[in-house]
Amino acid sequence: MISFSPTEEQQMIASMVKQFASDEMRKIYRECDENGEIPDSVIDTAWKMGLISSNIPEDYGGFGGEHSAITGSLIAEELAWGDLSMTMHILCPALFSYPVLEMGTETQRKKYLPLVCDEKYKAATAALIEPHFGFDPYSLLTIARPDGNEYVLNGEKCYVPLAADADFLLVYAAENGNSQGFIIEKGTKGLEIGEREKNMGIKALATYELSLKSCRVPKENRLGGPKGCDFNRIINCSRVALSAMAVGVAKAAFEYSRDYAKERVAFGEPIASRQAIAFMLAEMAIEIDATRLMTWEAAWKLDRKEEATKEASLVKAYADDMAIMVTDRAVQILGGHGYVREHPVELWLRNGRGFVTFDGMAMV
Amino acid sequence: MIDFEPTPEQKEAIKIAHEFAKEQFRPVSHYYDEHEHESPQELIDKTWEKRYEGTLALGLDVTAALRIEELCWGDAGLFLCIPGPGLGGAAIFASGTKEQLSRFLGRFNEGGPKWGAMAMTEPGCGSDTSAITATAVRDNNEWVLNGEKIFVTYGKRALEDSDGLVVVWATVDKSAGRAGMKSFVLPAKTPGARVEKLEKKLGIRASDTATIILDNCRIPFDNILGSPEVKKVDKSETKGFKGAMATFDATRPIIAAQAIGVGRAALDFVKETLENEGIKIRYGVPRQKLTALERDVMEMEANYKAAKLLTLRALWMMSQLQPNSLESSMAKAKAGLAVTKITQKAVEIMGPLGYSRKHLLEKWMRDGKINDIFEGTGQINMLVTARRVLNYSRDQLK
Repeated sequence: MISFSPTEEQQMIASMVKQFASDEMRKIYRECDENGEIPDSVIDTAWKMGLISSNIPEDYGGFGGEHSAITGSLIAEELAWGDLSMTMHILCPALFSYPVLEMGTETQRKKYLPLVCDEKYKAATAALIEPHFGFDPYSLLTIARPDGNEYVLNGEKCYVPLAADADFLLVYAAENGNSQGFIIEKGTKGLEIGEREKNMGIKALATYELSLKSCRVPKENRLGGPKGCDFNRIINCSRVALSAMAVGVAKAAFEYSRDYAKERVAFGEPIASRQAIAFMLAEMAIEIDATRLMTWEAAWKLDRKEEATKEASLVKAYADDMAIMVTDRAVQILGGHGYVREHPVELWLRNGRGFVTFDGMAMV
Repeated sequence: MIDFEPTPEQKEAIKIAHEFAKEQFRPVSHYYDEHEHESPQELIDKTWEKRYEGTLALGLDVTAALRIEELCWGDAGLFLCIPGPGLGGAAIFASGTKEQLSRFLGRFNEGGPKWGAMAMTEPGCGSDTSAITATAVRDNNEWVLNGEKIFVTYGKRALEDSDGLVVVWATVDKSAGRAGMKSFVLPAKTPGARVEKLEKKLGIRASDTATIILDNCRIPFDNILGSPEVKKVDKSETKGFKGAMATFDATRPIIAAQAIGVGRAALDFVKETLENEGIKIRYGVPRQKLTALERDVMEMEANYKAAKLLTLRALWMMSQLQPNSLESSMAKAKAGLAVTKITQKAVEIMGPLGYSRKHLLEKWMRDGKINDIFEGTGQINMLVTARRVLNYSRDQLK
């Protein structure tokens, strides 16, 4: 039956995450953006909420909850409302563990899933994006070539979150033209982690370029073994996660600019009393809600294990546009004050601009 | 639990409504667009007969919206000819007493086809409904109504062609502003009330849009909906006005559902035409690889989805007895804009097929536009949305 109400459990999780976002993330996010660093203590506190491990079956050391894209979307939105860099850092291990959970062989699950159920945060990550114009996840330039009992990987990746710290990386590469995932352990010969990247936004998140130079991995490290992975589903899970995060970032920018508009007086009354400003805010609110509902719908399809490419790609494109529209307007509503770094709206604009680029950098 | 799956009953309702729209509306769609003010009598009789079958039993809930989308996919103008309590009924339902509900709504269960209309707009006021000048003066056991009402959807059918009714908004005390505004049930064929003219319109031409003149028109005292008393305590928030607005909370998403139906008709036409030309929309392809055409179609689809989900949410909230004024206005504002964009883009994309009256696309563009206007223009709905998100009164945001 058509319903727009999260379950009681989902509401509980969302409000716990919201509390964390408000109490912890919002206290330090500006500083983190300026310094390019996130204190371990915040990541550890977040990790204790068990946002990832609660979805891992008990057999692999998790809490055995149901892994749901809808729940994941609710969490992603609340976290991203707090701060996008920290969100991507906190949820980074999911880039590795969710595909393994859903599509890995039994051996892979047994070997790798307990790692994300540890009491302490351990980085694991995935590498999808490539540093060239025309990047297309469905025709990767990174190549995996079978050679005896191994695969040989060659290519370049970028925007790989926490690559320098991660013990395990899931690297996507083209095998006979199809995108597949390959698990590479830290220190494998031919895996070279480059310098930390400098980006327009998500400055607190450490991302890296990496190169694969005749990097050899055993055959059993192919995600899903001989069967391979459902790459399309992985991309769709990423689209939904990013759309939910776009909603969170946009909501933060909307709330800030709305409150500002009610306080800022010009020509004798708050600027929010002028339709030029009020209508901008109304449209922002409408588009945020619309994107959230579309995100839920795509997530719902994923949870039913249905083909969701249409829904996921429609909402992702919509969310990309919405995020830039809303965050840009937030800056506009604050005028000159929006442009200076004293107010956070410029940060949200820089982060909001990124969604169109962030393929594969988040997962539900 | 968040869920987007219609119930089996809803799926059946969608299917039946779709078939009805396809078989009964589409074949005569063009004819009644070209023959404005001609009554589709056969269709009216058929829809009246079938009113218990569920297809056309149109409530104000999610199921109704799903049905209405299908029917308006068929033809939005003909949809507006379907007999029933309509907006007048919605107003009675929202603020009538039990006795009034049975006295006024009973007629829609018996006899021949009947319509219920709502008369609010006047030559001098549209969205600013508080500026209404029509008067209702008490004379013993009667109200005497005077004034001119325009843009009354179903006006002629409700007042003259059937034993229906019109809910008329009038002021009992001009000096009281909004507090003086009340609604009255005007039964069909009441002396002193007459249809002066029918509008010629851009679209929805099968729907009659009437001007009604009230000239010392007398109705029983207990035909007033809500209290006859004028409370002057707080001018800005009053019950009479709130009654009208509460009706809008219910009806705006229904108008949004109509918009969505027209939008989907245009979208389906475009996609079918492209498919016949061997052009497939490639979902999931990176943006820089999409053609401009694919981007356009995907944007139309996303807008359709956005409007639909906002609409269903507004109605779902109402069924959960949650206040939905903000969400209703959001849905209506988005849907009106979405149908306008989708249909105009569709005409553009289809080129000569779009602009020609040989096909229905140009008609849908004309039909769809009404959804951005009636039951509150897009701008009024943005204003309501803005007030709600800012928590501002009408004095704080004009």
